[in-house]
Amino acid sequence: MKYLRLVPEKTNLRFMRWRKISYPVSALIALASILMFFTVGLNYGIDFKGGTLIEIKTLEGPADIGDIRSKLSGMDLGDVQVQEFGSPSEVLIRIEHQGDEETSQQEVLSGIQQTLGSGVEFRRTEIVGPRVSGELARAGTMAIVGALVVILIYIWIRFEWHFAVGAIITTLNDIIVTIGLFSLLHLDFTLSSIAAVLTILGYSLNDTVVVYDRVRENLRRYKKMPLEDLLDRSINETLSRTVNTSVTTLLALFALYAFGGEVIQSFVLAMIFGVVIGTYSTVFLSSPLLILLNLRPSAFNKEEEEKKAVKA
Amino acid sequence: MLYFARWKITLILLVVLAGVLATLPNFFSQSTLEAWPDFLPKRQVVLGLDLQGGAYLLYEVDSEDYKEKQFRQLVGNVRQALRESPRIGYAGLGIQGESVQVRIRDAAKIEEAERRLSQQLNPLNQGVFGGQPVNEFELENEGDGLFRFSFTEEGLQQRLSKVVEQSIEVIRRRVDELGTTEPSIQREGTDRILVEAPGESDPQRLKDIVGQTAQLTFHLVDDSMSPAQALQSRPPAGSMVVYGVEDELPYLLEENPLLTGEELQDAQVAFDQRTNEPVVNFRFNTAGARKFADVTRQNVNRPFAIVLDNEVISAPVIREPITGGSGQISGSFTVDGANDLAVLLRAGALPAKLDVIEERSVGPGLGKDSIESGKMASYIGMAAVVVFMFITYGLFGAFANVALFANVVLLFGVLTTLQATLTLPGIAGIVLTVGMAVDANVLIFERIREEMRAGRSAVSAIDAGYQRAMGTILDANITTLVAALILFFIGSGPVKGFAVTLMVGIFTTVFSAVTFSRFLIAMWYRRKRPAKLPI
Repeated sequence: MKYLRLVPEKTNLRFMRWRKISYPVSALIALASILMFFTVGLNYGIDFKGGTLIEIKTLEGPADIGDIRSKLSGMDLGDVQVQEFGSPSEVLIRIEHQGDEETSQQEVLSGIQQTLGSGVEFRRTEIVGPRVSGELARAGTMAIVGALVVILIYIWIRFEWHFAVGAIITTLNDIIVTIGLFSLLHLDFTLSSIAAVLTILGYSLNDTVVVYDRVRENLRRYKKMPLEDLLDRSINETLSRTVNTSVTTLLALFALYAFGGEVIQSFVLAMIFGVVIGTYSTVFLSSPLLILLNLRPSAFNKEEEEKKAVKA
Repeated sequence: MLYFARWKITLILLVVLAGVLATLPNFFSQSTLEAWPDFLPKRQVVLGLDLQGGAYLLYEVDSEDYKEKQFRQLVGNVRQALRESPRIGYAGLGIQGESVQVRIRDAAKIEEAERRLSQQLNPLNQGVFGGQPVNEFELENEGDGLFRFSFTEEGLQQRLSKVVEQSIEVIRRRVDELGTTEPSIQREGTDRILVEAPGESDPQRLKDIVGQTAQLTFHLVDDSMSPAQALQSRPPAGSMVVYGVEDELPYLLEENPLLTGEELQDAQVAFDQRTNEPVVNFRFNTAGARKFADVTRQNVNRPFAIVLDNEVISAPVIREPITGGSGQISGSFTVDGANDLAVLLRAGALPAKLDVIEERSVGPGLGKDSIESGKMASYIGMAAVVVFMFITYGLFGAFANVALFANVVLLFGVLTTLQATLTLPGIAGIVLTVGMAVDANVLIFERIREEMRAGRSAVSAIDAGYQRAMGTILDANITTLVAALILFFIGSGPVKGFAVTLMVGIFTTVFSAVTFSRFLIAMWYRRKRPAKLPI
């Protein structure tokens, strides 16, 4: 029986050579993401901004979005977004936070229920007050920072500091780029997005740790191999695993994206992107970073290279 | 490594069997389960609000409203205390921002006034361990006859805390009276109450029942001037303007209520015999009935108003003294409206206004759709992974698939046993676990391939594959576990559900992908003893 091999049995790709391209490109993308974050900003959902979200479904025929929009704009609600959600009969309505009073949100909701009237099923209602949204935003930020710190400590204990720093830089890069994607595509940034970001964090680290494990093993085995070759070797040895795991995870995620329903689609999209960027950064960022961080004493390295040069 | 002691084999099989048994009830209806023998588990996984529909309501005590209420009462008490004989002249009694002020006119009586005022500080019980007793208010003598009351920090905290406790009691009584669903009612932090009602199909009704203050009061109508006049100038001292709930007309009422809802004993829905409209019949308790009789006797032919949460429901004229202690509220109710009011009156008023600061409700339709799409996505995702594993690793892939299947069954079994809540992101967590669970097997199988290429024999390649991959698997899973743990502690609702499935998934993954798959391979190897591995 012939098995499917996405990656040939023995590869010898010189990933380290590409770092001259991958570093600036990654830095550029990360920089662009940060710029996007500060200029365009994130499309914060009601979890972090406060406001009201209503999902309705018309009972007969497709929904007339224009009609709903004009009905709602007559209510003087400020910024109102009306969009189709999944199927032509389903509509998502987003209304910005009303005034300072907590009660006014409730009045808006019952007003809308009256305005849209019968023939409409209210499938989902979410109202988040300004105090709660502030707390959720704080908790979300703390979660990501906290996770990074705890993981940094864990890798520090398990590996040398170079690995910990390399893993954190790689993971930070993944998070920054993912947030850039949220900004670029105007995806709703909600509590689930925080969950997606933390999952990406977990996945990206998982990937990086597997390669670092191999690097550590090879460091013990090939005491005299130049670091660059050793890293290349480690990545090549784990390449088939890196690709296969990404494929199985992506297969599962694509199924979720296509069939899991509209509610979690942006959540899943973020994770799909995260897996791709996580895989990329594992190969092109995390290991080359070890060179930059001077994993092996440079004197030792130079000596090796000189020897090699003499041989050549 | 390929040798398994008998007890280990038994243990592994028992774990898998337990997983199967715990998962099984999820595939049957509740009625089928009841016919099962008692020794079998019958619990099904708990579905989150987003999957079965329902409401999540987070309330916060409106402390401003509460403060104002307490201040208003304080103003009344101060007025009464200063009017007691010998009367002390005062001016400018009223609420000023965060305090209540009063100016004593007669300088000679300031000491006596201070004595009387300091009796209004409302000492709160501090418990049995002594210490300084805490007062609700503190009194400051600003000089020049000016006194100022304000809340003490601790007094307010204690009060609010008590308010939350009482509110929970009231909400629980109301919900019990309603009797449709069984929401969970919990305190959150210092001044919040979380009401979760899974399966509630009418969240609006629940909100109406839970959130309404339902402060019922009876006031005499002040006819010393017309409401219009009072609005134009100022209502006379001790009176206030309240609007009608139906006609939205202003009424001028005496501020101090004759009676309040606290003196009610019962309230029931009935139908007016003439109009056939739903009304609410109420009955006072003994003390209330006596008061009501006195008041109605003294005020025959005067109108009085029934006020609910600062809105006049009706303002009938007292025709004759009402001595029976019962009465009727009519005011163009719907049947549901009258029923809800009766429930609210029986359960009592909330001690302060509650604001909804977070609300998430999902209709049953969307919940059902979400389950369907979640199931669909899980089946397809799993099928795709299974096919990929088989065409990539052949027989070993099939072992990994069996292990994967055991993994999902165990994950579901644990979730069911723990009665953890399964949410839509939770289903996403399961699908993600499926994708990532095979990672451990991929790591092991790739390692076995490598070891074989390095010229090892079949047994030692399997051995080395598992042994060497183990450290990596642990490192990789612990990092994910850390992320999941943090999600669990900071997340709420659906996100928490996601974190739970992710965490449980990590444990079941390590068991099934490492222990169980090795067991499968060992059993196969013992039987076949191939010289070369089909991998």
